Amino acid sequence: MKKLGDVLVKKKPFKEILMGNEAVVRAMVETGTKVVSSYPGSPTPEIATAIQSIKEDDRPFYFEFSVNEKVATEVAFGAALNGNLSCVFYKSVGLNVALDTFVQLSLMNIIGGMVVVLGDDPGANSSQNEQDNRNVYKMSRVTVLEPASPQEAYEYYAHAARLAKKEQTVVVLRLTTHVCHARQKVQFGAYEKPALAKTDFSRENGPYIALTTLALDMKRRSIQKLEGAKEYIKNNSLNTQTVGSKNNGKGIITSGLTYLSVLDVLENAAHIPGILKLGAVNPLEEESILAFLKAHEQVLILEELDDILELQIKALAYDNGLKTRIIGKQVNEDYVGEYTPDKTYAKLAVVWPDMITPLPKDEAPVYVVPNRPAQMCPGCGHRSAFFAIKKALKNTDVTVADIGCHTLGYMPPYNLGEVLMCMGASTGMASGLSLFNENKRVVAFLGDSTFFHAGLPGLINTIFNQHDITLIIMENGTTAMTGHQDHAGNDIPIESLLKGLGIENILSCDTYSQAKLTDLVKSSLEVKGISVVIAKHPCMLKFTRMQRRKPGYVQRHISIDQGVCNQTHDCVEQFGCPTFVRKADGRVDINLDLCIGDGSCRPSCPVQAIGFEKGAK
Amino acid sequence: MKSFNIYITGVGGQGIGLLSQALLRGIDHAEIEAIAVDTHGLAQRGGVVVSQIRCGSNIHSPLIKKKESDLVLGMEVHEAMRGLDTALKKEGTLIYMDVSWQPLPVRLGQEKEITAEDIKKICKAYGAKTVQVDIQKMEDTRSQNMALLGTIAKLGVIPGVSKDHYIAALKDLLAGEMLDKNLVVFDAYANG
Repeated sequence: MKKLGDVLVKKKPFKEILMGNEAVVRAMVETGTKVVSSYPGSPTPEIATAIQSIKEDDRPFYFEFSVNEKVATEVAFGAALNGNLSCVFYKSVGLNVALDTFVQLSLMNIIGGMVVVLGDDPGANSSQNEQDNRNVYKMSRVTVLEPASPQEAYEYYAHAARLAKKEQTVVVLRLTTHVCHARQKVQFGAYEKPALAKTDFSRENGPYIALTTLALDMKRRSIQKLEGAKEYIKNNSLNTQTVGSKNNGKGIITSGLTYLSVLDVLENAAHIPGILKLGAVNPLEEESILAFLKAHEQVLILEELDDILELQIKALAYDNGLKTRIIGKQVNEDYVGEYTPDKTYAKLAVVWPDMITPLPKDEAPVYVVPNRPAQMCPGCGHRSAFFAIKKALKNTDVTVADIGCHTLGYMPPYNLGEVLMCMGASTGMASGLSLFNENKRVVAFLGDSTFFHAGLPGLINTIFNQHDITLIIMENGTTAMTGHQDHAGNDIPIESLLKGLGIENILSCDTYSQAKLTDLVKSSLEVKGISVVIAKHPCMLKFTRMQRRKPGYVQRHISIDQGVCNQTHDCVEQFGCPTFVRKADGRVDINLDLCIGDGSCRPSCPVQAIGFEKGAK
Repeated sequence: MKSFNIYITGVGGQGIGLLSQALLRGIDHAEIEAIAVDTHGLAQRGGVVVSQIRCGSNIHSPLIKKKESDLVLGMEVHEAMRGLDTALKKEGTLIYMDVSWQPLPVRLGQEKEITAEDIKKICKAYGAKTVQVDIQKMEDTRSQNMALLGTIAKLGVIPGVSKDHYIAALKDLLAGEMLDKNLVVFDAYANG
């Protein structure tokens, strides 16, 4: 067996099939990265999994999950001020949290060099939006490299590290979901003795305080550093060009995974246009782009999400008096979704139908297949909580959700959590909803990892401004949605923190005690001002996995006594565990592949037909 | 070898990750170029899991175009039907298991469950080859992915990749008791 942790620290060059996220970790090892920090979020959590697969003794760098993306960025920045190459990684919307710090980075002389690995999510596969973070990079004056494949993810991290050290600055490695998760055989280099950690901080390397007049001088220096970056991009040929064949004066400028979509689509093309692939998407290295524009009569800019390249390239052409026809976004839909081979095909067929034959209109699906929305796992403590909380609420009550597994409570059959924004936003939104609101009571939900990430300021605001809300903390002991990363709650108990904040009405119980939880929520809703209910139960996905690893583990199941069952369907329709199977004749059965035998469904049956299967306790 | 596209679909928790990695490494052991991608946003939470593998010559993006898959592997009937409808090439091959993990609208009594009979009907209309993997005798349902892999090896569905390549792949990915248990199931279906 090839253990990932061993593969990633091999001394000699080798080839191996790895995921883009894993290839990045090998690049960290080879480049002598010394400090790495993160807050988990898809599409980048496998970077952390790969790091943690390396035994701590073999791992040539320090790694931590920080409490949120902003703090993670600050830890990596601080470490780099000592002269150590550092890296921080997180997901697309994580940059919003880190932004206050992130925009300052380019002003600083980061002597060790710093790489920010950012996983954008075109298509919003696992995020609340598909924001194009390239919009932020111009304002932040950072260099951004964008790989198309796992091989390039590895190579571009090394470029980012080299450039960051050379210019003593920050460089972003922009990954997108299907670059992170692609698997491919990658050629890796050698790994020599790890770099020694430095503690070279000196104010002489600064200034590190961007106040008044200094801020402008520091800005001038950051502009200068981008000039250095352009030199690096040129000298290392990060932008690459192919001529095509019989291209009829047509060319395409693209980057990242969209480049591979273009290559796929052109397999069916009547003639092949010239292609300029930008390896660096900020700053634009004008020389290669101008040469490409001059060599073509029509240039199509194919970029997913926003028109960042298009606007800059059009301005460049204008300034240089070029007559090249530049085609970019044409319809609203061009701004939406991932540029998959399908979407790229359709776009090319619209722009150049003589090159790509338009496809016939989509046929209607032959068969309508029921949707399969994500949902809470079998045995999930949140399900018991929602089932119990719903009983305590009136139809007029307003429920506000936060980010995490408990967001899935908005799905039927619970329909709890009617407003969602981003990490930690529930208490603030609930406070606003409570103003002038005499008739509707307001309930906010918040997960435990999110509580520490960004929930605390909102909660403190609620206390300080005396808002009238009930906060339900859905505590499962881990950062479950992203794959069970640890969080601060293991060292800092939430309840004592709440007491320390002076909250008087704090109630708490295990969510499997459903009747008790219903009562606690009812009495909390009677309280004027802030009241908190901590609804606890360990993440059962994590718990069951740990149990299954123990020798002699026997999987228990529940069973339904068909003689007692009167088919009210409360279990399958109200409690809604995915373990229940609804037969065509109205019978309810159990999916034994899914049932973990937790029995949390039992109180949902009005006639006590649900028991444990025979032989089990 | 000309390009060959494989679309694997099922529900989070069915072991699609291991199946996909075993196929990718098997293809690599056969010295055929390949690239793969998992699309698994909220897979652990009972959502749809899709893994795509492309191999052979002139392949670039790991994402397969609509209705361009030569082979669709369905670990679950609803997802097999969805894959058949959205991913499979005309005259491609569908290999699936008659396993149903009812989606929410079916459990809420709002929509009808899909059955193996429905799949057979649609495949016929499509002109697709259909293979149903018999899993009735399986003791540990967590090895269903190996039943599928064994069937692929037996039928030689992926050109140029043979049983030994898949075994080598499994040895890259697993060790000890886990390897032995999976190989027993794989062998039973590859030789059966």
